[in-house]
Amino acid sequence: MDPYANTSPLSQKQLLDEYFMEHRAQVLALAAFLDRFERSQDRNAEKDFRMTAFRQALGVLLEDGPERARRVQMTMSDQNTDLLDVRDAQSAYGAPIRAAMSGEAEQ
Amino acid sequence: MNYIDLHAHMISRTTDDYHRMALTGCVAVTEPAFWSGRDRLGALAFADYFDHLTTFEPKRASEYGIAHYTWLCLNPKEGEDRELARQVLALIPDFLDRPNVLGIGEIGLNRVTHNELATFLDHVELALEHHQLIHIHTPHLEDKYKGTKVIVEALARDPRIDPARVMVDHAEEHTAPLILEHGFWTGFTLYPRTKASPARALDMIEMYGPERLCVASACDWGASDPVAIPEFILEARRRGHSEALITQMVYGNPARFLGQSPRFKLPGRGEAVAAD
Repeated sequence: MDPYANTSPLSQKQLLDEYFMEHRAQVLALAAFLDRFERSQDRNAEKDFRMTAFRQALGVLLEDGPERARRVQMTMSDQNTDLLDVRDAQSAYGAPIRAAMSGEAEQ
Repeated sequence: MNYIDLHAHMISRTTDDYHRMALTGCVAVTEPAFWSGRDRLGALAFADYFDHLTTFEPKRASEYGIAHYTWLCLNPKEGEDRELARQVLALIPDFLDRPNVLGIGEIGLNRVTHNELATFLDHVELALEHHQLIHIHTPHLEDKYKGTKVIVEALARDPRIDPARVMVDHAEEHTAPLILEHGFWTGFTLYPRTKASPARALDMIEMYGPERLCVASACDWGASDPVAIPEFILEARRRGHSEALITQMVYGNPARFLGQSPRFKLPGRGEAVAAD
């Protein structure tokens, strides 16, 4: 059951008529970025934590069910709510680096 | 359409931006204290910053018919330094009586550390002690979910906190319901790349309803847009939303939240804040 069913005021036809072109362009931008990543002359980040999260997020887009945006956000989030003892960096990375680092340590 | 930008770091913007904001209907901005892009060299730099926010900036805004209000704090990016935090917290009371100060903010967390949380809670105590509104920054990107959860749960444990007097800002799809269900106000930040777009902000308003929600540009020294709220208005009209709903989002709601401070006057219905 989708708690947010019927909350968009536009019909599906109206949404396509009004917004299809700009989202078509965004899909192509994603595809071209993935191509560019694979064409890279130096394939040195195949398992980078950002790309791992990115691929997981792309998978969410094709899943059924509501709230894809929330689910993508969670894919890109650090879900360990323990406080850090010391600040490890000044800025965020966009994907959870600590989970990736602890995963590498376990391997 | 008249609008209030509840979060705009005008110290980082040019006078041309005030001009564009005035041309597009901006009647008031509120400017939280924030990180300058580098850690400051000491507490005295904050005294200078707070003086700027309460003298020069309201004067600059008033030249374009825009009322300028501000919030004071040591920002979360520098909250790890507990000694600096103690020094800055000691400075703030001297500025709280200035006529354009609405409260304490934008306080919060950055990488979600023990020290950052202690500095955040010290600021909350200061706000309670001086009966100030609170404006909260939730962390960026992958830290937003955990930081928002820590902030909301810490405030919810304190019976002295009236959630109606707290804005937990920079909400996104994965944090807005948590904030709203605890009774806080929240804001969607129209900031390209790292926060929400006008389209996604509207999606969330459609999903969660318009109560206790605001939108703001958070324009600053990064890639950002001082006229992001007019872009939001345009997108809302494109979707067929009523003028009443749009006005509520860009004017009525921020005025309701900010109006809890006796210093905040609705433009046109009271005196705008004077520079001196």
